[in-house]
Amino acid sequence: MSENEELSGYRGLAFEALKKIEAEIGDLICITKGTQTYEGILIPRSEYGDEAHIVIKLRSGYNIGVQITPETRIEKIGKGEKPAFVAPPLPEQKPALPKVAIISTGGTIASRVDYRTGAVRPALSASDLYSVVPELSNIARIDTQILFSLYSENITPAHWSEMAKAVAAQIANGVDGVVIAHGTDTMGYSAAALSFALQNLPVPVVFVGSQRSSDRPSSDAASNLMAAVLAAAQAPFAEVAVAMHETTSDISIAIHRGTRVRKCHTSRRDAFKSINAQPIARVEGDKILMLTENYQKRDSSKKLLLKPSFSEKVAMIKFYPGINPAVIDWYVDEGCRAIVLEGTGLGHVGRRCFESIRRAVDKGVLVAMASQCVWGRVNMNVYDTGRDLQALGVIPLADMMAETAVVKLMWIFGQTSSLEEAKRLLEMNIAGEIADRTLYN
Amino acid sequence: MPGKSLIERYTIELPTKGDHVRMNYEEIGLKVGLEIHQQLDTSTKLFCSCKPELFKGEPEFTFLRRLRPTQSELGQIDPAAYFEFQKGVRVLYEADSETSCLVEMDEEPPHPLSIEALEIALTAALMMNAKPVDEIHTMRKTVIDGSNTTGFQRTCVVALNGEIKVGGKRVPIQHVSLEEDAARKTGEEGTLIRYRIDRLGIPLIEIATAPVINTPEEAGEVALAIGKILRATGKVRRGLGTIRQDLNISIAGGALTEIKGVQELELIPLVVEYEVQRQLNLIKISRELGQTGAREEDLQEEFYDVTEVFRETQCKVIRKSLDKGQRVLAVKLPKFSGFLGRELMPGIRLGTEMADRARFWGRVGGIFHTDELPAYGITVQEVSMLKKHVDAGEKDAVVFVVDTLENAKDALRAVLERAREALKGVPEETRAANPDGTTRYMRPRPGAARMYPETDIPPIQVTEQLIRKIFASLPEPPEQKLQRLMKDYRLNQKLASQVMDAGVAELFETIVNESKVSPTTVAVFLTETVKALKREGAPVERLSESIIREMFRAVGSGELAKEALQDAASWLLRNEGRSLKEAIDALGLRTLSMDELEEVIDKAIASNKSLIEKSGGKAFSQIMGIVMREVRGRANADLVSEIIRRKLQKLSF
Repeated sequence: MSENEELSGYRGLAFEALKKIEAEIGDLICITKGTQTYEGILIPRSEYGDEAHIVIKLRSGYNIGVQITPETRIEKIGKGEKPAFVAPPLPEQKPALPKVAIISTGGTIASRVDYRTGAVRPALSASDLYSVVPELSNIARIDTQILFSLYSENITPAHWSEMAKAVAAQIANGVDGVVIAHGTDTMGYSAAALSFALQNLPVPVVFVGSQRSSDRPSSDAASNLMAAVLAAAQAPFAEVAVAMHETTSDISIAIHRGTRVRKCHTSRRDAFKSINAQPIARVEGDKILMLTENYQKRDSSKKLLLKPSFSEKVAMIKFYPGINPAVIDWYVDEGCRAIVLEGTGLGHVGRRCFESIRRAVDKGVLVAMASQCVWGRVNMNVYDTGRDLQALGVIPLADMMAETAVVKLMWIFGQTSSLEEAKRLLEMNIAGEIADRTLYN
Repeated sequence: MPGKSLIERYTIELPTKGDHVRMNYEEIGLKVGLEIHQQLDTSTKLFCSCKPELFKGEPEFTFLRRLRPTQSELGQIDPAAYFEFQKGVRVLYEADSETSCLVEMDEEPPHPLSIEALEIALTAALMMNAKPVDEIHTMRKTVIDGSNTTGFQRTCVVALNGEIKVGGKRVPIQHVSLEEDAARKTGEEGTLIRYRIDRLGIPLIEIATAPVINTPEEAGEVALAIGKILRATGKVRRGLGTIRQDLNISIAGGALTEIKGVQELELIPLVVEYEVQRQLNLIKISRELGQTGAREEDLQEEFYDVTEVFRETQCKVIRKSLDKGQRVLAVKLPKFSGFLGRELMPGIRLGTEMADRARFWGRVGGIFHTDELPAYGITVQEVSMLKKHVDAGEKDAVVFVVDTLENAKDALRAVLERAREALKGVPEETRAANPDGTTRYMRPRPGAARMYPETDIPPIQVTEQLIRKIFASLPEPPEQKLQRLMKDYRLNQKLASQVMDAGVAELFETIVNESKVSPTTVAVFLTETVKALKREGAPVERLSESIIREMFRAVGSGELAKEALQDAASWLLRNEGRSLKEAIDALGLRTLSMDELEEVIDKAIASNKSLIEKSGGKAFSQIMGIVMREVRGRANADLVSEIIRRKLQKLSF
């Protein structure tokens, strides 16, 4: 990447040629190659493009790349006019409506296309979100806050702590609900993390993302956001949840419990599914339909318990045929406090792992078992392998999702360093992550 | 005609078929640019591996979406688009799994651009002397009418600055682009629009000419020439709907009109002619309106609820709406009386244009206006009550609609807007072509085409190696091919041209080479016979290349007489899914065996003995006639004549 902002993306030959004529992005330039001349606005080069091409926007609106050779002549023929983005005015706040805070952390929902480059930038401020979805002003009075601008794969447990504190601060300010705009890739993990970090919530905390960037007319961003704000403003539950499309159609938005939700598709709008549970609610238009009676009630008199510490000394290991058990040893030697095994079927790993597991338990590491089947409950009493693993000290995780188990253990070891206390917390239902019954749905 | 203005000279009367007013298009300042869109014949779609085909019957699955207008780079939202959105327009997409995957559903990012399609586009580009770009960047062109699930069309320029020669004139080709075809509309019920996504993603090549065309005929010729080059690649789809022509038309003092979707090549000159008429008439109307004292400030947004006037109406349309609780809303257009009924082009009046606008903006069924009343069951009394109600004078026109109050207001606002434009002349707009060559309002012309990069598709470098490869296998230029068809197959120029124009040269050569049937017979069938069948209303697009080839192989081997080709084809078109053999049996077209033929001839000679004795050698043609009447389609005429000749000669010994 070039250090020079004016020529972003250009390197090598193309960069030198442009520097020589003192061109900047947005300038009108003319490139002559043999009998051909190309006139257009200089466009930034993708970081992955080569060094030999210059990209210009023709008058027709099309972009093309022109290869630069020593014989190519480049001229700057006009100074570029930087398009100035004027955000539409914020809609008027209606004083009678509930107050909702939107905290932006980044991701596709909080992105805006740069029309000169086409790059989708995770830079849209929460107030921009509000201004492009003016309908929000009919649902709630909105306060916006930019916490991060991160792709969600870059979010770490330290960010979860920040998010939890930010939510707590908003709740202390008296909002009727909080919406967190988040990249979808790890949104499920963050939702689980906040489910543990924010206990005894008085109001809903609703994560929202989008699978199609908001620059495209077909984006799911606006409808997801409206549903999230509606749920934050009005829903009768007070839990951490995720609001995303329920199907491929723009009809309904499912509200999933934060500890029960998983991204199950790389690209579809309805990628998020509740695992071993029903979604808490469904939003259709301006209606919220509760899908379960089993939820924490909204109650503004409740006193929030903020427990924002997480430990990163927790690992997840997915078992597969042929796995080298030394990976378990490595984590143990690194000082891991807990390992979640993502085993097969009802909760199994091959015998070749037994020695390493025994060693881990002996060294005081908490070893727990979830299933890579994703759906269903582990039961380690059915086969010898399961019984033997339990004898080694492996803790079955019932119907808890593997991802939620990892997050929960990170949170647990942020609260305590006692192994016994950790085991007690792990097996206790804290935020709807474990249930005794698995329903047919 | 000195002293008369241009407009008066050319708007004396409307052209009717076969009686065109000759115009001096140069004087009128006609400028036409063409955009030709042609589907490419590839094995997959442009950005995924789905079959580039359309499905019939019921969709396997459907899904419902809403497209939301997005902000431009300057934070603006297209008002027409936002209006549509606010109306709550929803799109129901229909799909089946053969022709659509998650890519068409906008549920998965596009796959890299089809290299097969790119090579065809580059081939066409090189044939038009266009210069391939060094690096191809796919763009997103915003389209939010629902025809693209994403809300934009993916498109890329592959070559620039080409040129073709048409009748000695150089026509610059501004660019050659490759783009995805849109979904096809299958219905509309209120605010719910149906689109079928099978067509979405089929590769299209777009050829854009400079606006250098100056007459309607020339527009047709240029389109034909481009079509010929495209067909010469041998890699374009054929049949109805596979080629669509857009026209950009302007005249001096008029405005740029973009006409979308002319499907028939033959229609192009007529579409241009009608558009010129329309613009000339609109200019004339604007001047006359000025003379009668119509003014923009008198066009007030003042709507009258005139439901009471029609309480007892006999007009069924109004009656039905009133029964549903809808209202009648009217607006006065001062000094517009008589102008709404003025014809702009055949069947299209200024009132029609207002109705088009009302339908688009107000989603109403149509409008009523005083220039066409009394009619439709609306009485003279009702008209006069209406006029009184809105205080309209003799020179004022009144427009009214029946719908919900909200729709009616939107509709009348659109009518007022169109009236204001009528004062000024010709509005810039995008129109859609009707099958008869006239056009209808489609939408306002979009501002500067909003295009931004499709970042999901990496740029493609067009290497010298690729260009060399395509150059090496560049198809024969159409002109050269024409000469060769005449020389190699002894076709006359007319027939050879017809073969070329019909785009069947490849098929023609294949058939001649594999069937050994006379080239003229093959050419006549592929051009004139097919046209005759089409005239009869037969669905000739169903006549596949393979069945045509089979028919000629049958002719070559003597199973089918060449005289029976048309009957066989006609039968096959009427009986879809049946075989050639079944056609031959059903029509009794089986070729007679030598014995059978000789028997027929012997019988004919025997029963005309006296005639033969009387006229000697001259009897041949009469016998021939008698025999052919009986065996037409079942025997080769040359063979019949040979046998008769032989037998008559024997008799004379």
